[in-house]
Amino acid sequence: MGYSLDFGWVADATGAIARGAATTILLIAVTTLAGTFLSILGAAGRRNGPLLLKRAIGVYVEVIRNTPFLVQLFFIFFGLPSIGVRLDPLLAAILAMTLNMAAYTIEIVGAGLDAVPRGQTEAALALGLRPRQVFVKIVLPQALKVIFPALTSQIIIMMLESAVVSQIAVRELTYEADMLQARTFRAFETYFVVTIVYLVLSMGLRRLLVSGGRRALGAGVS
Amino acid sequence: MIEFTFWDIVRNLLLAARWTVLLSLAAFVGGGVVGLVVLFFRIAKNKWAQRLASGYIALFQGTPLLMQLFLMFFGLPMLGLRIEPWTAAALGLTFFASAYLAEIWRGGVDALPRGQWDAGASLGLHYLQELRLIILPQAFSITRAPTVGFLVQLIKSTALTSIIGFEELVRTSNAINNATFEPFTVYGLVALIFFVMCFPLTQYARSLERRATTN
Repeated sequence: MGYSLDFGWVADATGAIARGAATTILLIAVTTLAGTFLSILGAAGRRNGPLLLKRAIGVYVEVIRNTPFLVQLFFIFFGLPSIGVRLDPLLAAILAMTLNMAAYTIEIVGAGLDAVPRGQTEAALALGLRPRQVFVKIVLPQALKVIFPALTSQIIIMMLESAVVSQIAVRELTYEADMLQARTFRAFETYFVVTIVYLVLSMGLRRLLVSGGRRALGAGVS
Repeated sequence: MIEFTFWDIVRNLLLAARWTVLLSLAAFVGGGVVGLVVLFFRIAKNKWAQRLASGYIALFQGTPLLMQLFLMFFGLPMLGLRIEPWTAAALGLTFFASAYLAEIWRGGVDALPRGQWDAGASLGLHYLQELRLIILPQAFSITRAPTVGFLVQLIKSTALTSIIGFEELVRTSNAINNATFEPFTVYGLVALIFFVMCFPLTQYARSLERRATTN
């Protein structure tokens, strides 16, 4: 067995790895914001919207949750241009990730909204707040606090899943790894190093979200 | 140039879907067996065994499945094993599944009241008997919904093995798409086939969950 590991290339590759990691972070940051916003709208619409909207949101959630992310990505990137919607890779990736994440977080946010006692809404209405104020200022903050751990897990799952968007040539971490191993012929070592980078990213992201959540939503967030 | 009719596309995709089903089943069974071993470590009394299992689970849940598959595909040949996409895919998904299943079942074991262990011990059962006769049957039964839910996730995850060259549904669809230039139809059909496989399981998991909450 003559194979010996060689990590000599790492020093030259730090720039590429850092650039890739930055793109991965950018992807997940945009997805988190857009996905959470979309899922708040979706969860609210599913509870209080007209029947047709409720049905449409239900179908959307089921379709996304029961098909692979990779297929959704290919459908958006390769399939949509044939009906005239052409997106560049980064935009297609962000769209696919956002739509995918929202399907999962709609249910999470919905569960959070259900967990807020009805009395909170009634009390706020009795104090003369308008329905929208009640939702934004009373119900939503309490719901977010309940669901924060589940939301955190979903964001991390999405970050790990974003490795797949390398397949449509978005220059994120996995894409850079593919390029590196093609140049160094050190496939195992390259993916090993990049896997460690992903591990560090996911642990760091969890820590960041938990401490950020504590600051924004008050104590009691774990 | 070969002409593909709509039904040719459907037929080829359905033939390829057999591999997706087979891989999902292999990974689920394999993951169940390995996951059981991880579970034994995770709930062992030895602190180091617990830590080892926790580390294993954190490693697989904290890194992308795609990276795990790449490491399997490029790493195993270095150990002198001749590896083909099928082996790398099945092994990679097995380890991935084992970590998730162990964690799900550990939740079930933790949810059981302490008294179950004490009752087993007072009946004179030793540790393994307690696990086999009292703890695990109950733990499996209360975690049936998340276990089925994970099977859905596993079926969807098989799509990633197309990237390391395993000829399943998605890889076949890429080839068909290259020949027909009808991505909208091809990927739409692939999504539909996955949906038909996953949706009944999702509904089943949901009904199990409802039954669990009403009990």
